[in-house]
Amino acid sequence: MKCMKSLKALHHQLASSTAQIAVLENGTDHTLPLFSDKLRAEELYPLRPSEITIFQVNVGKMCNQVCKHCHVDAGPDRKEIMTRETMQLCLDVLAANPSLQTVDLTGGAPELNPDFRWFVENIRQLGRHVIVRCNLTIILSNKRFFDLPQFFREHRIEVVSSLPYFTQDRTDRQRGDGVFDASIRALQLLNEAGYGMPDTGLQLNLVYNPAGAFLPPAQETLEKEYKTELLKRFGISFNQLYAITNMPISRYLDYLVVSGNYEQYMDKLVRAFNPAAAHSVMCRNTISVGWDGQLYDCDFNQMLDLEVACENSRHLSTWNMAALQHREIVVNQHCYGCTAGAGSSCGGTVTK
Amino acid sequence: MANHYYDAADLQKFTAIGEYQQELADKFFGWYGEVFKDSALTAKEKSLIALAVSHAVQCPYCIDAYSADAFEKGWSETQMMEAVHVAAAIKGGAALVHGVQMMNKTKAISM
Repeated sequence: MKCMKSLKALHHQLASSTAQIAVLENGTDHTLPLFSDKLRAEELYPLRPSEITIFQVNVGKMCNQVCKHCHVDAGPDRKEIMTRETMQLCLDVLAANPSLQTVDLTGGAPELNPDFRWFVENIRQLGRHVIVRCNLTIILSNKRFFDLPQFFREHRIEVVSSLPYFTQDRTDRQRGDGVFDASIRALQLLNEAGYGMPDTGLQLNLVYNPAGAFLPPAQETLEKEYKTELLKRFGISFNQLYAITNMPISRYLDYLVVSGNYEQYMDKLVRAFNPAAAHSVMCRNTISVGWDGQLYDCDFNQMLDLEVACENSRHLSTWNMAALQHREIVVNQHCYGCTAGAGSSCGGTVTK
Repeated sequence: MANHYYDAADLQKFTAIGEYQQELADKFFGWYGEVFKDSALTAKEKSLIALAVSHAVQCPYCIDAYSADAFEKGWSETQMMEAVHVAAAIKGGAALVHGVQMMNKTKAISM
């Protein structure tokens, strides 16, 4: 795999969330309609939560990959990592709030956190459904991860993994040289452990991210094509495909600006604004927890340092479910990414 | 008046043709939308056909639109270029096959 550095390590201007927001709010040579005005026209502004049921936790920004579209700017050089003390605060919040039924673990590569397995075991003891956003290649990256499929199976973890396409060129172009072959091998190992196989109940879901400045095609059609092609070419089975729109944040934002696609992409998102998707955006039922315990409306707001607008509950240590449930969700121009076309969330499209 | 014939930004103004004849424009866009839906052929297959035809009719707007659409729908660069070659082969063949007419006429007027 070709070694690349994060924007942060490169001291890149767009490593700063302030600089990213400036591009999003001011554009490069023209302005876009405000996302908040679009919501207002749908009588959705200010955006409020529905019932909060998903507790998404970023356990660290360290990753063995440096994908070109990564909104986290994750990579091997990122040192931010959730401590066991902060994980304990997560467990305390979960124990006290039974409505938080799903815990969605993300990163970086979540498995690189030294307390990852301890955290998973304790969440499962609380009876919560656990999703791990596994980048697949981590399983083969070091012998200490070779048994991850068995660990996932033992704890009935749902595995969600990015595979930008069922061909090598598009996948490696987005996620790095060699990622496709390693991902295919890892998927075969997960299948061997029972993941994605009929009647095991072991969920293996894949994520499609467009490898460029365009929106995803229809999820249902793409899922059929992925299933046919992955089975035919590699004997791989999986449960669902989530088609996710790339958000104009961090490395993907850098790509858009450098390649001259920023205006066109943002115009595309604005033109594709779908009120039905706006009603079902993931921030309405999710709280996103940063590696340091700070609270956000979603993973994207987290990366832009847009904390929850809930003065007395901005950190796990001051968690107040009632206050969070009645907060105003913070929106900005990047939110067009979640409301374009069929909509986009960590679970794929949000409209049928 | 503009001093050029093609402007990429005009593609986004396509629907504005309704300004001069709304009823026919609505019928065209309604029919167009139906044509490109999944049916006996998939929307993905239709996109590649559209890309090839775009080259045959040499419409720069259509080439832009269907290059993006075909790539977005998952066709590779190689497959897209092969589709262009198919269009080119048909165009080339179409010109050449008229050579038979030329031969017929030449022979008809020859001693």
